[in-house]
Amino acid sequence: MKLGYYPGCSMHGTAREFDESLQAIAKPLGLELTELDDWSCCGATSAHATNRLLGVALPARNLALAEQQGFKDVFAPCAACYSRLATARHEMQEDAKLDAKVKEILKRPFSNSVGVMNIVEVLRGLIPQIKEQAVQPLSELKVACYYGCLLLRPAEITGFDDAEDPSSMEDVTRATGATPVEWRMRTECCGGSFSLSRTGSVVRLGRAVINDARAAGANAIVVACPMCHSNLDFRQQAMGQREGATEMPILYLPQLVGLALGLSPQTLGLKRHFVSTQPVLELVAAGAAKGEVK
Amino acid sequence: MPRIGVFICHCGENIARTVDVKRVAEALAEHPGVAYSTDYKYMCSDPGQTLVKQAIVEHKLDGVVVAACSPRMHEKTFRRAASSAGLNPYLCEMANIREHCSWIHEDREEATQKAIELTRMMVEKVKYNAPMQAIRIPVEKRALVIGGGIAGIQAALDLADGGAEVVLVEKEPSIGGHMSQLSETFPTLDCSQCILTPRMVEVYQHPRIKLLTFSEVENVEGYIGNFTVQIRRKARSVDEDLCNGCGDCIASCPVKKIPSEFECGLGKRTAIYVPFPQAVPNTPTLDRENCTLFKSRAKTGKDACMRCQKACQRGAINYNQQDRIEEFKVGAIVVATGFQLYKITKEQPRPGISGYGEYGYGTVPDVIDGLQFERLASASGPTAGKILRPSDGKEPKKIVFLQCIGSRDCAKGIEYCSKICCMYTAKHAMLYRHKVHGGQAYVFYMDIRANGKGYDEFVRRAIEEDGAKYLRGRVSKLYRDGEVIKVHGFDTLSSEPVVIDADMVVLATAMRAQPNIEALAQKLSVSYDKHAFLNEAHPKLRPVETNTAGVFLAGAVQAPRDIPDSVAMASAAAAKVLDLFSADELEREPTIAKVDATICTGCFHCERVCPYGAVEHKEIRDRKGNLIKVIADVNPGVCQGCGTCVATCPSKSVELQGFTDSQVFAEINALMG
Repeated sequence: MKLGYYPGCSMHGTAREFDESLQAIAKPLGLELTELDDWSCCGATSAHATNRLLGVALPARNLALAEQQGFKDVFAPCAACYSRLATARHEMQEDAKLDAKVKEILKRPFSNSVGVMNIVEVLRGLIPQIKEQAVQPLSELKVACYYGCLLLRPAEITGFDDAEDPSSMEDVTRATGATPVEWRMRTECCGGSFSLSRTGSVVRLGRAVINDARAAGANAIVVACPMCHSNLDFRQQAMGQREGATEMPILYLPQLVGLALGLSPQTLGLKRHFVSTQPVLELVAAGAAKGEVK
Repeated sequence: MPRIGVFICHCGENIARTVDVKRVAEALAEHPGVAYSTDYKYMCSDPGQTLVKQAIVEHKLDGVVVAACSPRMHEKTFRRAASSAGLNPYLCEMANIREHCSWIHEDREEATQKAIELTRMMVEKVKYNAPMQAIRIPVEKRALVIGGGIAGIQAALDLADGGAEVVLVEKEPSIGGHMSQLSETFPTLDCSQCILTPRMVEVYQHPRIKLLTFSEVENVEGYIGNFTVQIRRKARSVDEDLCNGCGDCIASCPVKKIPSEFECGLGKRTAIYVPFPQAVPNTPTLDRENCTLFKSRAKTGKDACMRCQKACQRGAINYNQQDRIEEFKVGAIVVATGFQLYKITKEQPRPGISGYGEYGYGTVPDVIDGLQFERLASASGPTAGKILRPSDGKEPKKIVFLQCIGSRDCAKGIEYCSKICCMYTAKHAMLYRHKVHGGQAYVFYMDIRANGKGYDEFVRRAIEEDGAKYLRGRVSKLYRDGEVIKVHGFDTLSSEPVVIDADMVVLATAMRAQPNIEALAQKLSVSYDKHAFLNEAHPKLRPVETNTAGVFLAGAVQAPRDIPDSVAMASAAAAKVLDLFSADELEREPTIAKVDATICTGCFHCERVCPYGAVEHKEIRDRKGNLIKVIADVNPGVCQGCGTCVATCPSKSVELQGFTDSQVFAEINALMG
């Protein structure tokens, strides 16, 4: 599968391990990622909170680049980037006036022909390859799949899974051999970009997510969004201060897949987390030992 | 020179607002062949029709064009008027200057011009019209009623009481339908079984009703007054004539844990069973899928168990019974096949419709649907009328009802209102309070639609006397948390999120069309909407008729209906059928295909394309009896006048009466000229 790769700001910054793990699993899964030449910021929350036109034109520029560079689909691993690119595509399809105006601003040919894909969608499509390439049984690992908000909503824009009762991350998780737990906070908000402006709210929301995952018996939470990761991983110390609970490792979905493919923790960026991923690695090792005994 | 009269109708303001009717009348007066042209405010009114009749006599008219509404609306009216003035009715035509002109245009000048052209076209057509006689066909005075729910029961009884023979077909082992599963009915809270079962018995005992349960319509042929229907009598494995309904076979059956369809999975039944004690007929049916004997037969080829056969003292059990087809001649068909409930779970049987995985139906045992609640509340139900949780049999102290599950939710693919849920949820809240004193009911609703006699008062009673707390808003999700179900909702009136610790949750599911109803509709040539509800002929003026003559609708097959509506529709359909049966012969429009025997080469392309099977073979012989050729011949009783054969015929030897090539070309030339 050949995809235009749109890393956005986070994949080169706070979510380096997301990018590293993704690049690491790409080759064994037959995924060819080509970074868009001259890509620019998607505008994230700031642009569309300020001005609708700007909020559409910024991601549209990147879609136009992808189209020019001959990609059928552009892949944005960051959930916020994905949301902005998919929204721009959708709004330009639905609103002819906006479409005309954005095209005028872009000053380059653009027919809005490029599809937008997120990390879960891409990996769900690769489930047969994951099963085939998996060498390390993750049978000892129970994970809570956390979708957050932007991957699934609004449903008419994302549309790749049921927005209220999704199952795609669980499907990918099962392909790795790990067990997805049943829990309730899968589609709740982590506080998103309020991490700096309303840290208290983010800590409160994140605590609820982690506590529910723990109650459901999860050894780790798997996320598909740099914002979710940062809120749950980076703020976990603050969340735990009141309750003194044990730490909950937060993995990116491609890190989990990478573990199943037998890639080293180093390659997958598992050492970059604030909350240690060591307990997960120990469970993986335990699973491997059991597998050998069999 | 023809003498044609032209009559332009104002239709009050409907036409005159956009079309300058006077100018149309004046323009047509100048048209060659027009002997008289005038306009009038309401041409269909009595003075309007008199105007037409007088003009025919006074001006010796030999053709009439009425420029007014659609011929579907008033063609019959004006043809009757023409006929009473001595003119052959088929020399009267209508130009549609309302639906096709005034209603859809704004520019008065252009609309007027178009009205003139439309009227001229019809004048040119009428010049080629020939007098025709209506076709007379005999009527078989027996009706087929499909579906034995309350609508079918009502239709069958009204028809039979009115003197008609009735064949009532029900696919389940018993008649009664969904109504037999209900506990009490809104808005009077009378017991459903108490008002329904006597009607079921009446059906069974009526000398003019032939009741065929566990049967389905296999095939339908023919046309109004003369249908031939084939009914598949599914093998019951029990001889209906020998069985006396003693129930010994049921008591002997060792397979006792099959989830009962009648109890919505809340109770169990045996493999040989009657769905419920008051079933009509009281003849057991053997469920071959779950029967030990048939399982063993499929696996080893040997018969095992056979306890029911041994238990039966009448020798009524017959394991080798086969499906058989019975044929009936009927003059009319009433379709009353009812509805099914929307499936709540994520997996849906129909593309374009999605479910509510977030409501935990099927995974959380104390989340049930409305029909299951009916069974819990029913005195004859699995809990003998006590409201108890399926999970642990405890009495729920807090119960939450969710309305509009599937209904009015475009995101789930069903945009219509299911009509009955507001009312039955209010009823449930009431019944709950009557049975669980001190219990608290909550209802999440979008709007309260209580638009029937005594309906709003009923909902008020649930709120004011029985203390149900109504919250306007939707529930985002619910899940099991220890002993309780956490219900997360939003109260849009106070703009606050609400979390309720409920003991039980009841989902008011949408009504959907029956599965595979499309196949039946196609057999009957009746159209259906995108949700597979069958279409009535006119939403206001012909609510129980369909576009196929002789086929009528009753109840929820046409749209979500409650019991009073279904019964009203059924009586209306029965009245329509009795009206049809009141004459010995029917009159049909003579606008059918006719073959010119001199040119037909007998290629039978027409036979292959005819959707009604109306084309027959006819031998042409000389005086000595030698066969000259075989040509196509159209059966006037079967032909529906669709014109498909006309379009197909390579030698142009078949023409549609009333729409001949010369007539159609005359219209086109009038438009071009």
